[in-house]
Amino acid sequence: MAYNEKVLDHYENPRNVGSLDKQDAQVGTGMVGAPACGDVMKLQIRVNENGVIDDAKFKTFGCGSAIAASSLVTEWVKGKTIDEALAIKNQEIADELALPPVKIHCSVLAEDAIKSAVADYRSKQKGA
Amino acid sequence: MNKPIYMDYQATTPVDPRVMEAMLPWFVEKFGNPASRSHAYGWEADEAISLARKQVASIIKADPREIVFTSGATESDNLAIWGVAQFYRDKGNHIITPTTEHKAVLDTCRHLEAEGFEVTYLPVQTNGLVDLKSLEDAITPQTTLVSIMAVNNEMGVIQPLEAIGRLCRQKKVFFHCDAAQGVGKIPIDVNAMNIDLLSISGHKLYGPKGIGALYVRRQPRVRLKAIMHGGGHERGMRSGTLPTPLLVGLGEACRISEEEMAQENTRLLALRERLRHGIMSQLTHVSLNGDPEARVAGNLNISFGYVEGESLMMAIKEVAVSSGSACTSASLEPSYVLRAMGVNEEMAHTSIRFGIGRFTTEAEVDHVIRIVVNAVNKLRDMSPLWEMIQEGIDPQTLQWAAH
Repeated sequence: MAYNEKVLDHYENPRNVGSLDKQDAQVGTGMVGAPACGDVMKLQIRVNENGVIDDAKFKTFGCGSAIAASSLVTEWVKGKTIDEALAIKNQEIADELALPPVKIHCSVLAEDAIKSAVADYRSKQKGA
Repeated sequence: MNKPIYMDYQATTPVDPRVMEAMLPWFVEKFGNPASRSHAYGWEADEAISLARKQVASIIKADPREIVFTSGATESDNLAIWGVAQFYRDKGNHIITPTTEHKAVLDTCRHLEAEGFEVTYLPVQTNGLVDLKSLEDAITPQTTLVSIMAVNNEMGVIQPLEAIGRLCRQKKVFFHCDAAQGVGKIPIDVNAMNIDLLSISGHKLYGPKGIGALYVRRQPRVRLKAIMHGGGHERGMRSGTLPTPLLVGLGEACRISEEEMAQENTRLLALRERLRHGIMSQLTHVSLNGDPEARVAGNLNISFGYVEGESLMMAIKEVAVSSGSACTSASLEPSYVLRAMGVNEEMAHTSIRFGIGRFTTEAEVDHVIRIVVNAVNKLRDMSPLWEMIQEGIDPQTLQWAAH
């Protein structure tokens, strides 16, 4: 399969690879997917006092498209409020990366990762 | 763009220049139809085909009269399995084949099921090999055919052909062997191994694509129902004008492989062990798929834990390999062969098959080791599963939601 240029770019120069401190109350961690399915995404967001995501990091086990989708999402969520981040739809990710039908699940996973990270952040805030 | 280093010799092989040399005169200058009995054009083509038939027979220790030329191993598998099943339908309707066979065998069996036959898909052991006891148990009075490959295309494991053949002969069932990956790689003797039918592919042993052969035993005689009807070529088993250039190529390819097999295997084994050691000494959580001993020299199938196969192939794009990862196929299912061996799904997603062959050099192997080690380290730095391992958490102990 030949890859789209944007996928290749994100794959070869992934943005924001790494980890944030998952104990930090300002950090939300989302982990979605399953090893048996061939993809696992970990997305972390840090939310500042104004409710804006000021940092995001990812680690992904998966195909090139899964890595590209996670990398793209870290770029997109930065500078957004939580609600704005939640509004990102998998279709936008798929369109941006020109994912073929067989790779759409990678964009779905990336959207789920955002939701999961936000949910984790919110539950921490409630608990605090 | 520089072409990647070719390490996919199980997918196909380049035509050996000596093979191409032998084929060339048979396109323009010596173009006769070997079936033309009335003039010199036909006679010279017929002679060339007789030689090719001898060369093909020789590599499997058969009689030239037992060779039926086909378009390739897929056709040979179809002809052997469907042809025998249909011909002996009155004797029984049961066929046995392992779950790790090539699709040319499995799909033909599925097709026969739709035509009312019964097929037992035999599980294999975790090393990829057929268990003789379970094969014996699966044979019933209704069984007419057992089809088991010589060498697996994904893992390179070699089935115990001699023992399987002995069992089949004793139970009076025919033994078909898909030897597309075995001929020219391991010594095959259809008589010592009691093989009744055997499929050969040209392009897996440095011959041209589009040509193959089926060995059909004469004593005791094996009969089959033809698929191609027409001029009655190949003793009525496969009609169609014989493609002289391709046959000359297949014959020459067999001659070279037979003559050079022993020394070539020594060379390949050294290269493969160099590759295996180079990778495994520098990376942890790497495992070999398939039996470590009973395997061909040119195959190294390994799983790189916590690194998905397709992304690894992207990272090592200077090397042409294939993966058992789902993402390389349209189905999103990881390799059915690895799964059938009990390799867990996660590890199946991380497998890469390195296939080395006649034109692989030591310098290429060393280069590939460097590329692979760098790529795996880079991808593990990016892998949340690897991070867990570093933190002392085994991802397999966690609950994951399927998606």
